[in-house]
Amino acid sequence: MPVYVAQRLLQALFVCLGISVITFLLLHVAGDPVLLLLPQSASDADVALLKQKLGLDRPLALQYLAFLTDALHGDFGQSLFTQESAFALILERMPATLELTLAGTLVGLGVAIPLGVLAAIKRGSFLDRLSTVGAVGGQAMPIFWLGIMLIILFAVKLRMLPASGRGTLAHLILPAITLGVYLAPLTMRLTRSGMLDVLTQDYIRTARAKGVVERVVLFKHALRNAAIPIVTILGIQFGRLLGGAIVTETVFAWPGVASLAVKAIRTYDYPVVQGSVVFLALLIVLVNLLTDVAVAWLDPRIRLGGDRD
Amino acid sequence: MTKVQRLRPLAVGGVVLVIAIGAAVLAALIAPHDPYAQAVGSRLIPPVWDPGGSWGNILGTDPLGRDLLSRIIYGARISISAGALAVTVSMILGVLMGLVAGYYAGRVDTVISNAVNLMLAFPFLLLALAAVAVIGPGFRNMVIVLGVTGWPIYTRVVRAETLKYREREFILAARALGLNSPRIIWGHVLPNLVNTIIVMSSLEVARMIILESFLSFLGLGIQPPTPSWGAMLGEGRVYMFTHWWLAAFPGLAIFITTLGINLFGDGLRDLLDPHRVLAAATARTE
Repeated sequence: MPVYVAQRLLQALFVCLGISVITFLLLHVAGDPVLLLLPQSASDADVALLKQKLGLDRPLALQYLAFLTDALHGDFGQSLFTQESAFALILERMPATLELTLAGTLVGLGVAIPLGVLAAIKRGSFLDRLSTVGAVGGQAMPIFWLGIMLIILFAVKLRMLPASGRGTLAHLILPAITLGVYLAPLTMRLTRSGMLDVLTQDYIRTARAKGVVERVVLFKHALRNAAIPIVTILGIQFGRLLGGAIVTETVFAWPGVASLAVKAIRTYDYPVVQGSVVFLALLIVLVNLLTDVAVAWLDPRIRLGGDRD
Repeated sequence: MTKVQRLRPLAVGGVVLVIAIGAAVLAALIAPHDPYAQAVGSRLIPPVWDPGGSWGNILGTDPLGRDLLSRIIYGARISISAGALAVTVSMILGVLMGLVAGYYAGRVDTVISNAVNLMLAFPFLLLALAAVAVIGPGFRNMVIVLGVTGWPIYTRVVRAETLKYREREFILAARALGLNSPRIIWGHVLPNLVNTIIVMSSLEVARMIILESFLSFLGLGIQPPTPSWGAMLGEGRVYMFTHWWLAAFPGLAIFITTLGINLFGDGLRDLLDPHRVLAAATARTE
């Protein structure tokens, strides 16, 4: 176990470094922020002056090192427009993103896990088929369209809920449903197949054969072992969850990190883009790391047996 | 499940796909109006069943008086070709790397696998958004960005499968006969992976269409006046409080198309290869 955790930690560090390099290169090599910031009539001298001011005239490697050192100190530079610290902007928006992702997860998992378990237990039943059809439909759903349709129905036509913004619980309902619909189908399918795997194991047959009550078989023997794939699912879905949050925040004008990033991308506010991309990516790395460790801990074969793969 | 039941998704998905591709190819023949023709006199006409609607514009018109149905039919061209092209790019990249990593193993595998982990750790959508913002919007750039960011999922699956095959007797026999590695990979490993790759790619087309639409929705993809479902949805969003159809129908077109592709892909998977690997591999991306 310690060896495994150390390996994963090392891998995560490598990934973090890679993320910083890619993000940096993407913004500094592929495009020139100065040309986008200045009007077309700007003279070469103006361009040079701004480059110097932003530190963009130094060699690329030096720029990267400076970026990395600053980033490690939580300094991603200042927004080109508001002059505020990019990191402060991101932190300020973090609670909104957490609130949305948490609510979306609750909605998504609250529907998907019970449905997945029930569908597996009652395999082939009407409920099983209905939830499978629902999952196929949900997976094909462009959630930015779903969000707009929910706004048109519940905010414009029925006037029941607010169309955008954050504040009351009512503001949270539509975005949470949108994000939940994004998360639920895959979770439901994976929960169902995880539960089906467990239900066909020998120890379940043994438990049934020796006369254990079905309820106990399901909840004590099966669900406990199905917890491992479910935890894994939660972890690997985190990246998707943030992807969904980007879409949801944009549609509902939700004041979170993702909508901050999208806005910064559109205005080419590269310190903010850099900061939020790195920040969100690190969050994903951290959650994946924690998931792997949690799964290793839950599964004695990994906990005691050493390495995986 | 009976065989008929198993084939049902494939059939339904296939029909939807034929309709969508047919609309894209035959747009000029079947669209009732010119998708670019503006008519100030017939701005914002509602769909035919709403009060004020007319049979002349079944799904209504946009703020410039352009026929919505015609624009949706033409929009199929953009969405389907962008999805197919992006998938082709990412599939070729991903499969190549997966074959190399799985077959040669060792240090090459370490480098490629780490690159895959790195890419999968990125918020894919943000990466794509940032990349498009940097290199500029437009069809070509969008396809490049989606293609270049979409490969890891193929590499992951192909690598795992190749690792399994490389120890099999027929590969060992080929090696013993003195065939060189590229020939073994091309002639003996790849043919065994074709089904997996086809199924994976068909499902990826749907994902790419949704991503393309979202980029265009944000104004980072296809630029006006070219009709694309995502951009139309983006325009329609501005009018969602007053003219619901402008956002509803382009989005519905995206939904039905991706649903058809997913059904078709799922059906293909049941028909060709019931591997579980795919489900697990698709989970980490997006």
